[in-house]
Amino acid sequence: MSVTSDASPSVLPDAGGHFGRFGGRFMPEALIGPLEELEQAWRAAMADTDFRSELDRMLREYAGVPSLLYDATRFSDHAGARVLFKREDLNHTGAHKVRNVLGQALLAKRMGKRRIIAETGAGQHGVATATACAYLDLDCVVYMGEVDTERQQLNVARMKMLGAQVVPVATGTRTLKDAINEALRDWVATVDDTHYLLGTAAGAHPFPAMVRDFARGIGDEARVQCLERYGRLPDAVCACVGGGSNAIGIFTAFVPDEAVRLYGFEAGGDGFDTGRHAATISAGDVGVLHGARSFLLQDDDGQTIDSHSISAGLDYPGVGPEHAYLADIGRAVYRPVDDATAMRAFALCCRTEGIIPAIESAHALAGALDVVPELGPEALILVSLSGRGDKDMPTAAAWFDLLQDPDDSG
Amino acid sequence: MSPGTAPGVAATLQRCRDDGRAALIGYLPAGFPDLDTSVQAFVAMVAAGVDVLEVGLPYSDPVLDGPTIQRAAERALAGGTRTKQVLDVVSAVSATGAPALVMTYWNPVERYGVASFAQALAAAGGAGLITPDLIPDEAQEWCDAADAAGLDRVFLVAPSSSDARLAATAAACRGFVYATSVMGVTGARAQTSTAAPVLVERVRRVSDLPVGVGLGVSSGDQAAEVADYADAVIVGSAFVRCLLDAPDRSAGLAAVSALSADLAAGVRRRAAAS
Ligand SMILES: Cc1ncc(COP(=O)(O)O)c(C=O)c1O
Repeated sequence: MSVTSDASPSVLPDAGGHFGRFGGRFMPEALIGPLEELEQAWRAAMADTDFRSELDRMLREYAGVPSLLYDATRFSDHAGARVLFKREDLNHTGAHKVRNVLGQALLAKRMGKRRIIAETGAGQHGVATATACAYLDLDCVVYMGEVDTERQQLNVARMKMLGAQVVPVATGTRTLKDAINEALRDWVATVDDTHYLLGTAAGAHPFPAMVRDFARGIGDEARVQCLERYGRLPDAVCACVGGGSNAIGIFTAFVPDEAVRLYGFEAGGDGFDTGRHAATISAGDVGVLHGARSFLLQDDDGQTIDSHSISAGLDYPGVGPEHAYLADIGRAVYRPVDDATAMRAFALCCRTEGIIPAIESAHALAGALDVVPELGPEALILVSLSGRGDKDMPTAAAWFDLLQDPDDSG
Repeated sequence: MSPGTAPGVAATLQRCRDDGRAALIGYLPAGFPDLDTSVQAFVAMVAAGVDVLEVGLPYSDPVLDGPTIQRAAERALAGGTRTKQVLDVVSAVSATGAPALVMTYWNPVERYGVASFAQALAAAGGAGLITPDLIPDEAQEWCDAADAAGLDRVFLVAPSSSDARLAATAAACRGFVYATSVMGVTGARAQTSTAAPVLVERVRRVSDLPVGVGLGVSSGDQAAEVADYADAVIVGSAFVRCLLDAPDRSAGLAAVSALSADLAAGVRRRAAAS
């Protein structure tokens, strides 16, 4: 199986980057030309067998792709149905993100761009980008909100170890959305020699489609693996949704399989009803943020509202436009999973499978447990285990009170 | 006030052209440093020679703005500035007789409702909108609403715009075409851009509309240089600086007046070199 998909490109978006009423390009005119250039370069690269085989080789030999499809039997016993994990946690840098990052970094190199900029929240995408830049000999600058550089000092050190420059962002809420703003401000002034390596399937066209196509190997592989091993497709596919890259990456291969239910789980934070969450689609407000029309958290005046989640990777007030579209047409269902529910699934996965999942991925695991009653005990449920949880140990240790009494580990 | 009673941007720019000079357009975010002071600052601008006002609608995620305007927008939002109050500011400053355009990122307009916003803006006496993150490709609803309400619509062009995009964007504009003179965010710059005259010339080849040049102008001398080739000189961050740097409100307003006068003199003389 080739790790870059040969499946024909999805029909959407249209030429303007629209997924139904979502997506598009809401960007300063200065960036429209560069975005058009990026789209052309990306389409040309994807049609070039040399580019694809080079990316394929990098993913295989460097990133450890294709990832395993794992039959989580003990977790399944608890779930009451068979649950399969797509083990993106085993990829180099510990998450699905490496697929998109290697794809865009190789594309940037092909375009003759020597400098890469990226945004990061907790630091996962920043670390993956710094890694790819070290590997491909590119300059790397990562924008990170000041709140996040303070609470994620180890990831800041990781990026610096890998040779990246980390720029703390002190404007606005000093978190991920402001890091994106700052990266865009850099890009508009440096676009001749710089590629903005956006970390999720959001933003202005062509980013949502391009990131999807770099990430879609997750689902393409899982679909083949599932058919080979079980002789049938899964009944449901579950993924967490921050900006939406791992979810669209695993959904895309299954979108035409109408019998396969697609579930996206958003961060419910303190609880959906408290208003302190990042469950953008569940909240249901349409608007424009960071270059695309989609769902977003906003006040009555259209000012962006802060999101809240225990999971830094899901803590974003927007969501990629293709998810908004899949929700709109009813092809995928999106539900909130609150912090406490996600952390119960996190613990269950650790104890039953000996796998410490990313807290992001724990939202998908919790969601999978929740949909079993809808699907019945014979169901085959595919879960995107988007990343590993080593990065989350400080959060988990605090949540489960593990630092107070090291002997009381149960 | 019903649509069309304000002088309109095109008429004002034409009057300046008849006087043999470029127009001066001044920007400040509404509600910065507070609502009342922002109205007084606009009034002071007009009194000291600013021809067209650009009323900024403060937004949480201003991706085309540098640190100066970001800080001002943050202050305005922290002070509780709402969309309705921005319209109140428009209403107050339109009484000066200078046309007032609202400069706004797109989401607040979409949230208000595009047609409703256009109606409300026209009712407040506003002349139209400048939309830094809305390109004509995405603007059908706004173009229709602007037509219905009799409002100007000003889109941006940039040095990176292709000839085809320049033509299409200029064709969608009414009032003037906004040429962003540098690839970059707002903020005063020591030197005016060498890309700007080229861009203005490219626009002139595809459009008869007046061309305004913005991003970076902060002094009368720079204004004079830009006035040499552009129909309007747009100044933002330098006005914001006046209010940010001033020890108190009256000093801030005095600085706004002084800068306006310097710039107004600049657009009335040609560059020293010519
Ligand atoms: C392991 C993991 N999963 C999921 C996400 C959420 O991003 P996306 O929704 O783009 O997959 C992140 C983001 O940092 C992540 O690190």
